[in-house]
Amino acid sequence: MTPRRLADLWKAQTSFRKSSAFHRHVDRAFRYLTLACAATTLLLVGAILWNLIEHAWPSITKFGLGFVTSSQWNPVKSQYGAASSIYGTLVSTAIALILALPISLAIALFLTSYAPPWLAKIVGTCVELLAAIPSIIYGMWGLFVFAPYMQKTVQPMLAKLPGPLFDGAPLGVGMLTAGIILALMILPFLTAVMRDVFAMTPPVLMESAAGMGSTSWEVTRKISIPYGLRGLIGATFLGLGRAIGETMAVTFVIGNSHRISTSLFAPGNTIASTLANEFNEADSPLLEAALIELGLILFVITLIIQILAHLWLKNLQKRQAR
Amino acid sequence: MNVPAQEAPFETVRDVVVENPVISAQKLDFWYGQSQALFANDLDIAPRKVTAIIGPSGCGKSTHLRVYNRIFEQYRGQRAGGRVLLDGQDLLAPGTDSIALRRRIGMIFQKPTPFPMSIFENVAYGVRLHFSFSRKELERKVEESLRAAALWDEVKDLLHKPGTALSGGQQQRLCIARALAMSPDVLLMDEPTSAIDPVATARIEELVLQLKERLTVVIVTHNMQQAARISDHTAFFHLGRIIEFGATAKMFTNPSHPKTEEYITGRFG
Ligand SMILES: Nc1ncnc2c1ncn2[C@@H]1O[C@H](COP(=O)(O)OP(=O)(O)OP(=O)(O)O)[C@@H](O)[C@H]1O
Ligand SMILES: [Mg+2]
Repeated sequence: MTPRRLADLWKAQTSFRKSSAFHRHVDRAFRYLTLACAATTLLLVGAILWNLIEHAWPSITKFGLGFVTSSQWNPVKSQYGAASSIYGTLVSTAIALILALPISLAIALFLTSYAPPWLAKIVGTCVELLAAIPSIIYGMWGLFVFAPYMQKTVQPMLAKLPGPLFDGAPLGVGMLTAGIILALMILPFLTAVMRDVFAMTPPVLMESAAGMGSTSWEVTRKISIPYGLRGLIGATFLGLGRAIGETMAVTFVIGNSHRISTSLFAPGNTIASTLANEFNEADSPLLEAALIELGLILFVITLIIQILAHLWLKNLQKRQAR
Repeated sequence: MNVPAQEAPFETVRDVVVENPVISAQKLDFWYGQSQALFANDLDIAPRKVTAIIGPSGCGKSTHLRVYNRIFEQYRGQRAGGRVLLDGQDLLAPGTDSIALRRRIGMIFQKPTPFPMSIFENVAYGVRLHFSFSRKELERKVEESLRAAALWDEVKDLLHKPGTALSGGQQQRLCIARALAMSPDVLLMDEPTSAIDPVATARIEELVLQLKERLTVVIVTHNMQQAARISDHTAFFHLGRIIEFGATAKMFTNPSHPKTEEYITGRFG
């Protein structure tokens, strides 16, 4: 294109843009509107953080760092420590992920690459229904049905394994039971997201790999999983986020004791379950402050996880684009 | 009573006889569920030559090609009848080892299909599947294949970048290198240049001409000039049948069947 024609074109375009002043105003208004919305969410996060810190302040000043290192929780002596709640939160979430990840991955793969379409449809719908069950139902079922089963059947079997993880009396309720219930709860969600991730692999890519002599399993492992890796990691962190803050289901089955034990059979607690249990009876201002500080810690943990996930994905992107 | 008119038995017009074909399709039928897409295809693919498959859209070119590596068997409801001999063995026979077959028959698609891994790993992919090479042998094979695909000079410093970072034309040559690395006997190409620019297309055509020194190429194309430039034999498909098969030079200058003439002169399709 000659410079002259380019200039003409440019002029034509700018004059068009000037003539549509109305559109420009709408455009600008819309931009400010979206900006305002974005700013509001940030403000909200900041405000929540500020409020938590403000109300937790008596506890923060009284216990200092000791709050996170001590597992004592004694309303009589007004001594509060968060260590067992933090420990329980992390351990129950870890158990849930360790159990739920491989199983949901397998179900998702089965649904997308192996199951006949009619079966995939039925199972897929069931998975979505499971994801919609309220967590309190999982909790009740866990307490009345699953915990006795754990106590009578599963725990006596596991107790025969060596090592400190499965020591102690089979109580039914406890860290392991809570972890398994959490796993069951996030399983449908993880499966549904992973299935959608796998369904995104372009068929021609899979056909290309199969056409080179790959088995279905090799296509899955070397093509579908790497292709959807970002989505899979994203799904995992969403599942993690759900498990870490889950309250009702865990409160029912974890046993609610402020103790750190190496045995997974032992009862314990999580931040969320402690909050749910004690907020009703929080009659002293210090106890209330301590509970709010627990909430603050949960908030910070999820924030850190989000940031780590973000950095990880960024790094992954960079490595892929290198 | 109405007796249906007996259709005249269909005969492909054929003006070359292929000696020692690598692949020989005999009475090949194909069905997608209830609907038949190929009708009694007889086609001989000459060794170390380029055979072009041309014909209007939907006439069954891709379907025919996809029988050769049995990739259709991945899909429910697709089935083939008749025989396809590869070195005298019927590759449609139930006992055929599809995985070994697919080592011998590489396939290139219309859109480049780089795998989600590095350039090196892309080329090494098939080698790792079918051979147990040492790291050194593997590296040598990767370099050799990239050279054979005329891509080495462009990527030799980027081997650990993702394959998807290349341009479309480079990606297509990467796929060719990946296929070559398995040392196939036959390379099937389904419209390999229809998604890339003219310069990249010219490079791939040049490449095909070089490749035919060591292997057999079957290429589907909508580009008559391309078929004329690079192929030795041409098969013209229409509505699932092979209308005419012959030497490319003869077919494009003096087609025997009126339908072929109509098609190559651009009157339909
Ligand atoms: N997966 C499928 N299911 C059902 N019918 C199909 C399928 N794929 C192709 N067909 C039908 O089979 C016939 C041949 O299709 P094919 O893809 O082989 O044509 P083609 O010659 O490769 O066409 P094109 O030049 O457009 O690629 C067409 O009528 C098409 O509609
Ligand atoms: Mg096609």
